[in-house]
Amino acid sequence: MGRKGLFIDYEFCTGCHTCEVACKQENSYPAGLWGIKVNEIVLESLDKVEINYLPFPTELCNLCANRTVNGERPSCVKHCQADCMKYGELTELVKEMENKPKTVLFAPK
Amino acid sequence: MGYDNVVTTTAWSPGPGCHGGCGVKLYIKNGKVVKVEGDENHPFSQGRACPRLLALTQYMYHPDRITYPLKRVGARGEGKFERITWDEALDTVEEKFSNIKAEYGPESVLFCQGTGRDIGGPISFLAYSYGSPNWIQLGLAGHSCYTPRLGAMMATHGDYAVLDAGQFSEKRYADPEYEVPKVIIIWGQNPMPGCPDGFFGHWIVDCMKRGSKLIVVDPRWTWFASRSEKFLQIRPGTDGALAMGMINVIISEDLYDQEFVKNWTEGFDDLKRRAAEYPPQKVAAITWIPEADIIAAARLYASAKPAAIQWGVPIDKCPEGSTVAQAIAHLWCLTGNLDVPGGNVIARPAYGVTTYPFSTQEMHELYGEEFVRRLNEKRIGAKEFAMVRNFRGWAQPDLAVKQMLTGDPYPIKACWIQTSNVLGGQAADTALHYEALKKMEFVVVADLFHNPTTMAVADIVLPVASIAEKESFRSWWVPLQVIVPAVEVGECRSDWEINLELAKRFNPELAKRYGSVKDLINDRLKPCGLTYDELKAQGGWIMPPENSASRPYRRYEKGLLRPDGKPGFRTPTGKVEFASKSYEEWGLDSLPYYSEPPESEVRTPEVYKKYPLVMVTGRRSSVYFHSEHRMIPWLRECDPYPIVEIHPSVAEQVGIDDGEWVVIENDRGSIKRKAKVTPIVHPKVISVPHGWWLPEEDGCEPNLFGIWDINCNKLVHIGPGAKSGYGGGAYKTALVRVKKANGAVE
Ligand code: SF4
Ligand code: SF4
Ligand code: SF4
Repeated sequence: MGRKGLFIDYEFCTGCHTCEVACKQENSYPAGLWGIKVNEIVLESLDKVEINYLPFPTELCNLCANRTVNGERPSCVKHCQADCMKYGELTELVKEMENKPKTVLFAPK
Repeated sequence: MGYDNVVTTTAWSPGPGCHGGCGVKLYIKNGKVVKVEGDENHPFSQGRACPRLLALTQYMYHPDRITYPLKRVGARGEGKFERITWDEALDTVEEKFSNIKAEYGPESVLFCQGTGRDIGGPISFLAYSYGSPNWIQLGLAGHSCYTPRLGAMMATHGDYAVLDAGQFSEKRYADPEYEVPKVIIIWGQNPMPGCPDGFFGHWIVDCMKRGSKLIVVDPRWTWFASRSEKFLQIRPGTDGALAMGMINVIISEDLYDQEFVKNWTEGFDDLKRRAAEYPPQKVAAITWIPEADIIAAARLYASAKPAAIQWGVPIDKCPEGSTVAQAIAHLWCLTGNLDVPGGNVIARPAYGVTTYPFSTQEMHELYGEEFVRRLNEKRIGAKEFAMVRNFRGWAQPDLAVKQMLTGDPYPIKACWIQTSNVLGGQAADTALHYEALKKMEFVVVADLFHNPTTMAVADIVLPVASIAEKESFRSWWVPLQVIVPAVEVGECRSDWEINLELAKRFNPELAKRYGSVKDLINDRLKPCGLTYDELKAQGGWIMPPENSASRPYRRYEKGLLRPDGKPGFRTPTGKVEFASKSYEEWGLDSLPYYSEPPESEVRTPEVYKKYPLVMVTGRRSSVYFHSEHRMIPWLRECDPYPIVEIHPSVAEQVGIDDGEWVVIENDRGSIKRKAKVTPIVHPKVISVPHGWWLPEEDGCEPNLFGIWDINCNKLVHIGPGAKSGYGGGAYKTALVRVKKANGAVE
């Protein structure tokens, strides 16, 4: 089996913080430790203010091995309110990227 | 992590603190909730969850949670409380309230609620069982939260309406009857942080993915605004003018739905005449929105079919909120987007089940006509405001606080406060409410944590159960669903349990009707044909049946809306009323109009000169529900400081750096906030999040968890601002100035 990753469609990530708290609960990380951290990027563009959010899986992200081994989705992916995260084989997720701009792919480990 | 069993239930505060609706799975081990997940089989949320729900264990088992009843032993404000039994607590309340009733009459007790939680049922039930008409959102100036919009919709089309995200069908977006709105106007709301008014905010994102284009009306660039076709950056409080301007364009350019208007509406010509007073050029000058954008937005909305409007509480807070809401409701009627797939669909709770008796008929059945008449006679604001008398059984908050202080026309002696941290939360003019509450002979607070209100004024504190600990049900639009108790925490009891027990003491007749909370729930659930246990056994939720009054679409054609079974709407004329007969009857203008904010560059230029910034309070945070959750570690770290959003140009002018503490002030006082310098706010506006108090600070007086330093509502005056008694709380329009704090903080 190939490497796994997290695919994020940042066109639709609203910055809702769900993935962060989902991860803390799943891994019992106390406040101060983050398995994933949402970054806010606010820029004045030509005729608008551009607001984007981008979650970043940290070194504490274990890709929810305890869940995926049972066929469950990672906690952040399952609870994401915008349903803009996917978990899977990198080779499969790359195909998703072919079809959808404004996306990123993370291979945290 | 191991667990013994999983309990499936529904979220509806306390815990997440919300208007609820999503499906929840509670993982239980040794009688404790050890993990919370979304329920992937639930049609409302499909397994998704907000951060507050996912932090539920930190909330339920927080060391500061109140887990047994308390009585105050020191002076008010000293923070000295002592553990007592439930018997002692309830006996004390019964005795004090009975004495007040004997001496002054039952109307001398206010039953105060905030928002969230299944509170409407239990608190009105208790108030009426005791005999008080004064069920109230104490502190909420102009009662400016949803009620103005609800009243306007009722007056216009005889029902409430919501954006159609397929939520009335279990198949949701895949339902063959459903269509996604081609255009959505998000008007005065950021639907990201939660589930306003029973609406899962991210349904808008679902629609965007399915092709919906956005028009956003807001003084701030929200995430939605940055993804919109048209962003209308509006001057706070001028939404009424914008709505009239859009109506003007839609009518003068013949963009309205001629069929619908001809067949199903009344008063079109009156509206046309009124709207003619609002040409886009004039509206542009009022609203700060360029004329071309107003025209383009009106065209975009009116030419798309279907199109829908998602609106927020700033509309209620406009001066004359109920007339602003009326104008916006007219937009979806004019364009034929009422009760069609992907439009604004009429929203009735599934099977017509409500958490408490709304209708006069039900009230008569339960309490007798004479009693209901007496309530209306004594209810604060009923004399002054026909809408308070005739629309909903709420007392008027601005008059109430004055009456607490003056005793005119009758004295107020006690407050029962449940789901409301008045002083750290919704109260405008915090100091005035502080003074009024201090005058009370007796104050009971039912809550989960100490907060500025319990510390300042509570004589008795009752510990309330979270969603994981209570038996209840949810019937806000859809689905109809049960809330299932999974565990117990300390001696906490649900709002229903507490209030039923007390209600029976005041009205022993009720004991015959309702032995237990479950009897009461089963009684409410009757119209759906299932008991609580049956509904729970079949999965916990149920959608309204097809071809029924509580399921869209086009019910006005099918005769499903009116009591007489005829086609049409539940209004006096049976039509959508652009000129409202109900408003007229209530002594209000039957047509919508624009009214300038009480304090503004236009109305009070001298005040504006001194205080040149408009303070909008109330922007939501996805990790907090109003004044809740600041003590929850996983949540607080996502939004750690009481901030103020300031435009870079203002920051530069005043000499403020990002992250610096600043002073915000007007003639009513001053507060301190940490500056977030950001281009998302309009240069003439600052945005100050509400509900801030600091649980980590001293809760005793005079500090009261820091409210006098940071609570923005100190700077907001009370009203009543609106002719209807509803709307106009100046939470979005107070004028202020900002200056450097000069190291005064931290
Ligand atoms: S995959 Fe699991 S461990 Fe990684 S960020 Fe998501 S929740 Fe955390
Ligand atoms: S949960 Fe989803 S939408 Fe929310 S911040 Fe994370 S990735 Fe973005
Ligand atoms: S706010 Fe929405 S997602 Fe969060 S618990 Fe309430 S209903 Fe569920």
